[in-house]
Amino acid sequence: MHEIGIANAIIEAGQAETARHAGSKLLRIGVRIGTLAGVDNDALRFAFAALTQGTQLDGVGFEIQSCPRRNLCLGCGHEFESALYSEPCPRCASEQIILAGGEELDLAYVELEEA
Amino acid sequence: MTLIPIEKKVLSENQRIALSLRERFKEHGTLCLNLISSPGSGKTTLLEQTLGGFSPQEKVAVLTGDLQTENDARRLARYGFPVQQITTGGVCHLDGKMIERALERWSLDEIDLLFIENVGNLVCPSSYDLGEEGKIVLLSVTEGEDKPLKYPSIFAKAELLILTKVDLLPYVPFNIEQARANARLVHPGMEILELSCTTGEGMDAWSAWLAHRRETMLQRICIARA
Repeated sequence: MHEIGIANAIIEAGQAETARHAGSKLLRIGVRIGTLAGVDNDALRFAFAALTQGTQLDGVGFEIQSCPRRNLCLGCGHEFESALYSEPCPRCASEQIILAGGEELDLAYVELEEA
Repeated sequence: MTLIPIEKKVLSENQRIALSLRERFKEHGTLCLNLISSPGSGKTTLLEQTLGGFSPQEKVAVLTGDLQTENDARRLARYGFPVQQITTGGVCHLDGKMIERALERWSLDEIDLLFIENVGNLVCPSSYDLGEEGKIVLLSVTEGEDKPLKYPSIFAKAELLILTKVDLLPYVPFNIEQARANARLVHPGMEILELSCTTGEGMDAWSAWLAHRRETMLQRICIARA
C-alpha cells in the first residue's frame, strides 16, 4: 500500500551510495523483501519504474529477492521455512513457534559502473 | 562494473528518527503507545472513554492520524487534554518524521502518557517504528476472527490485543475463543483484553493495564539509570 514511499526510499539510498563513489554510474539496485513485509512486489516494481522514468535514473535495473517466512522453534531452537504460523516444528513437533524472518525490507546491493 | 553490498534497512531513515524519539521518551519518562487497527475498530472511541476516565491533573496527550479531516482531534479535544491531528494527505500510515514534527509544539515534560492513534490500516503502520514503547492492536467483534492470521505482522509485533465492541457478541457470528487462539498462534503469550466502550465492560482492566505498563516502564528506566 505504501510502495511509492518504499520505492522512493530505495532510490534515495541508491543515489546516496552512488554519490560515495565519485564519477560512477548507477546500473542496478537490489533489495530483499520478506513475504511478511506488507509490500507487494509488483506494485514496488511499478513504483520504481514510475519514479525513475524520465529522470537520470531511467533504465536503472531493479532486482527484488523475496525472502520466505522463517519460524524459530522455542522448544529446540530449530529454524525452518514455513508459509504458516500454525505449523509445528518439523524436528521436535513443538507448537511454541516465533517469527525469525520474513519481514525483511533491506537494500541488498547497488551495481555501479565506475569511472 | 562493481557490485557493492549495502545491507541496510530501506526504512533506515525512519528507524533513525524512531530511535531518537524513543530516547527522548525515555529521558522524560513518557510512556508512548501506538494504537493500530482497521478503520472502524474503535480506536477513537476507546481513547475518548480513556481520556474521560482521567483526572484533569493527569499529563496525557494524543496524536491522531488520518488521511483527511480534523474530526478525530475535535472529538478527543473535548476532554481537555492536548490533542493534535496529523493529516497525512493520502499516506496510509504515520512515520517517525510526522511524530517528530508534531512534538515540536509540545514539551515532553508535560506528557507522562502519549497515545498515538495511527491511521486505520492493519498493513503499513506495522512497518513504521514511531519510537513508541509498545504497539497495541485493536480488533472489533464485527470483523473476522481470522484477522490475526490474515495480517500477522501487526499481531506479531503488538504487545497487547484489545478485542472491542464485545457487547455486540450476541448479535454477530464472531468466535471470540477462535480469535484469541489465532492471535496467540501468531504471537504466543500475547496479552489480550476484551472490552466494550458502550457498556464499560473491561475498562477497569484496561486502566489497570495502562497503570501497570507505566510502572514497568519507569522501573526499567530507573534500573537503567542506576
